[in-house]
Amino acid sequence: MSTLAAAASTTSTGEAVQFWVLGTVAVIGALATILMKKAVHSALSLAGTMIILAVFYLANGAYFLGVVQIVVYTGAIMMLFLFVVMLVGVTAADSLTETIKGQRWLAAGCGLGFGILLIAGIGNASLKNSEGLAKANAGGNVEGLAELIFTKYVFAFEITGALLITAAVGAMVLTHRERTERAKTQRERALLRIREGKQITPLPAPGVYARHNAVDIPGLLPDGSISEKTVSATLRGRGQIRDVSGTSLAELAALEQRSEEWLERGGDAEGGPTAQRTPSARNGTHPGGAGEARAEEEVK
Amino acid sequence: MNPINYLYLAALLFTIGAAGVLLRRNAIVVFMCIELMLNACNLAFVSFSRMHGNLDGQIMAFFTMVVAAAEVVIGLAIIVMIFRSRHSASVDDASLMKL
Amino acid sequence: MENLIGWLVAAPLLGAAVLLCGGKRLDRLGHWLGTLLAAASFVIGVLLFVDMLGEDEHHRAMHQHLFSWIPVSGFQADVAFQLDQLSMTFVLLITGVGTLIHIYSVGYMEHDDRRRRFFGYLNLFLAAMLLLVIADNYLLLYVGWEGVGLASYLLIGFWQHKPSAATAAKKAFLVNRVGDVGLSIAIMLMFTTFGTFTFGPVLEATGETGEGKLTAIGLMLLLAACGKSAQVPLQSWLGDAMEGPTPVSALIHAATMVTAGVYLITRSGAIFNAAPDAQTAVVAVGAVTLIFGAIVGCAKDDIKKALAGSTMSQIGYMILAAGLGPIGYVFAIMHLVTHGFFKAGLFLGAGSVMHGMNDEVDMRKYGGLRKYMPITFITFGLGYLAIIGFPGLSGFFSKDKIIEAAFAKGGTEGWILGGTALLGAAITAYYMTRVMLLTFFGEERWRKTATRSPEAPSAEPAAETRGEHAEPHPHESPKSMTIPMIVLAFGSVFAGGLFSVGDRFVHWLEPVTGHDHGDSPLSATTVTLSTVAVLVVGVALAWAQYGRKPVPVVAPRGSLLTRAARRDLLQDDFNHVVLVRGGEHLTRSLVYVDHKLVDGVVNGTAASVGGLSGRLRRLQNGYARSYAVSMFGGTAVLIAATLLMRAV
Repeated sequence: MSTLAAAASTTSTGEAVQFWVLGTVAVIGALATILMKKAVHSALSLAGTMIILAVFYLANGAYFLGVVQIVVYTGAIMMLFLFVVMLVGVTAADSLTETIKGQRWLAAGCGLGFGILLIAGIGNASLKNSEGLAKANAGGNVEGLAELIFTKYVFAFEITGALLITAAVGAMVLTHRERTERAKTQRERALLRIREGKQITPLPAPGVYARHNAVDIPGLLPDGSISEKTVSATLRGRGQIRDVSGTSLAELAALEQRSEEWLERGGDAEGGPTAQRTPSARNGTHPGGAGEARAEEEVK
Repeated sequence: MNPINYLYLAALLFTIGAAGVLLRRNAIVVFMCIELMLNACNLAFVSFSRMHGNLDGQIMAFFTMVVAAAEVVIGLAIIVMIFRSRHSASVDDASLMKL
Repeated sequence: MENLIGWLVAAPLLGAAVLLCGGKRLDRLGHWLGTLLAAASFVIGVLLFVDMLGEDEHHRAMHQHLFSWIPVSGFQADVAFQLDQLSMTFVLLITGVGTLIHIYSVGYMEHDDRRRRFFGYLNLFLAAMLLLVIADNYLLLYVGWEGVGLASYLLIGFWQHKPSAATAAKKAFLVNRVGDVGLSIAIMLMFTTFGTFTFGPVLEATGETGEGKLTAIGLMLLLAACGKSAQVPLQSWLGDAMEGPTPVSALIHAATMVTAGVYLITRSGAIFNAAPDAQTAVVAVGAVTLIFGAIVGCAKDDIKKALAGSTMSQIGYMILAAGLGPIGYVFAIMHLVTHGFFKAGLFLGAGSVMHGMNDEVDMRKYGGLRKYMPITFITFGLGYLAIIGFPGLSGFFSKDKIIEAAFAKGGTEGWILGGTALLGAAITAYYMTRVMLLTFFGEERWRKTATRSPEAPSAEPAAETRGEHAEPHPHESPKSMTIPMIVLAFGSVFAGGLFSVGDRFVHWLEPVTGHDHGDSPLSATTVTLSTVAVLVVGVALAWAQYGRKPVPVVAPRGSLLTRAARRDLLQDDFNHVVLVRGGEHLTRSLVYVDHKLVDGVVNGTAASVGGLSGRLRRLQNGYARSYAVSMFGGTAVLIAATLLMRAV
């Protein structure tokens, strides 16, 4: 790549091809970042864009920055992003419908105007000649940077060091939670639960009929609908519940059919209507309590 | 190809990032968009470095990265804290500063 | 020697500070401390006087610059003193009479719980009055002017538990305020005209200033003098001021403070000399007040109020003389000094009588007291003879000169003024003889009336402790009271002669005020003879009315004029109708305008701003993203502007 970087006012064809291909991908990645519904997807798209930018840095003769871009940005910072995304729980997918009146139009107008002005500005600028970094990088890119950092920019460098330490301490202070009162004992928590009329017993466990015991599979109520309480709130929030009630009931119905066939009994069993109503009972917001009540009614 | 195309790309990415800041409500995504804008700037710096034939532009980009790292640390800490108290990472929910 | 000038003020000021801040520990000795400091001030005054006598006649003025009060470029306010012959006269009068009255008060206020405070106020008054007369600029004079106003207010209302005293104090303060506004406007006018308010430069520059401006300044000064010296139309407070303790009436409302107006006009003589219109106004005020006060004095049955009317009238003489210009300044001051002696003596005598009569003030309930109070009788009698102008006594010399000067004004004006002054002298003789006869001669009417009449307004609180309804036992007052009276009586008798022999006083003051003999159409002898003649007529009239016949204890209804005079010639009623009612109407209409117009504009503005901000407020919706849009838009605009500037 050093040969590419050394080029003067125009670049080699190889770099041009690389630019047009990777540049397109970078723009797509950027667009994906702002358009993806889920934060995780946005983060991944951004990581892709950043890696492409790292390639561009290398192509421009900034070898040190290219590596730093990959290691620090894509490696560390984007991972920090993903970590926080997981920590915060990513409550479902972001709705992309706009709530502030006129915001979308204003944003589009401003963005368009800004972009056009910026590009016009660049087009007007007298940047026709590119000198290339052959001379500057003669003693090695890293050595050249080091010389600048520790001479001309040493003060700024020290200041950024102070800034980083401050940031580290700040993050610690911000996220540290001071416990201001004594922790509640188990007994106190139980009493509180009863007083507030919350769930007294432990929550029911996930899993269905000993067929599935994964944590993302909710348990079924007697009427065949799922009980939201059986899965963790985070999974519920992300919409990552795996609903197997339909198949389970179908299998149950098949089992009953077979056993009836074996026992040669009459055709009309109670399983039919139960099986029919399961699809309607299967929706995310269905409250568990009401489902159970209806289930009792059904059982008689 | 003229290296000035890198600048056009940087401008485009910057504008996309800015639009993202304006359009998205999830604070984390907003943050990512800011990172995108910073990266676009870095690309411009690096390109300028090449065009002018000295390394000062790369130094600027380097400092930008350091500051961005510090900013991400604090910003994410704030987001986590807000999420803890409000159970939401939406920037629109924190809209108490109005009359 | 000149460094002593400041101590004149400092000594009583120190006394006031110590006595007013010192607390109860000083109750036992405080009055002697106050008296001592007043006496110290007098001693300093005498020392300075002796020093001054040693100087050449034209270089007697002493100056002391204490410090710069407000040193701003173009506005130089100094605390500096100027002690010339005029100031010196006042200093000696104030400290001398002041010290005597301090001594008198020791006895007079013996039974008062707040005697220490009383002496503190008296000292405060002395300090302010001395500051007034030795200031070397109008601004410092104004400080003293307000200081005496404050002290006067505090002392009139000294018995503040009496509503009448509190009201009288307030009235005096408010009426004085009108005059004070005049003085402050005069000072402002002086500053804009001359660029300074130090006496020297101001008075020297009068020659080069337009007459209109000087007339304005002069009229404002006259207004100030009217307020302080109780001249028509601002005279209404003096009668009520008699609610204060009698020593206060003697010191402040007879001998010193009320003469401040005369001092002001004499001091500003150069201004008045150059503004004949203002001078005419001064003369008119003096002449009117002279008669006004005399008429009021004839009708009052309250001994102090009768004397207050007399004070008003005598100050009218002084103002009249001061308005005559260089012919009269010297005589105004001379009459001021002799008046200070005999009027203080008369008031002290009245106080002594009241002291012995259970604080009874109604003269109709006195009578025949000469046997019981011989010293009071003699001193009061000498004061009486002095004020009516009995030949050979103080008043005779000074008043005679004023009448002479009034005639010397020349022309019709001179005749009118001289005639008025003569008439005033006749009425003076009448009402003073009336006071004398009612109090010390005739039958002992107090025996018949052991009970106090309800209309006696000036009940002093000591009466309550002694039993209100007991029959009075007239007795001579203690030595501390009689000695000052005796000293003042000496002054009343001899001061005038001392001043007049060889025109000493004229020569003494001439370098400061200037003097001019004028050309009288009447010879001095004629004037003197006619003065004596009207004096005899006045005394005879009074004798006919009050000496020959027994005097009724309850005042007869009297003629229309008598009734009006009893009500201070309807001054208060006039004030009420014109000023109070008028003021109320004005206020009401102003309130209406304020509500409808001013508030309308203000509220309208507020409402429109409020409405606008209510709309603008919508922009502040709290969404960070909205703010970001505006920032982003702003950036875009900035880039556009930059590009545009480059393109151009």
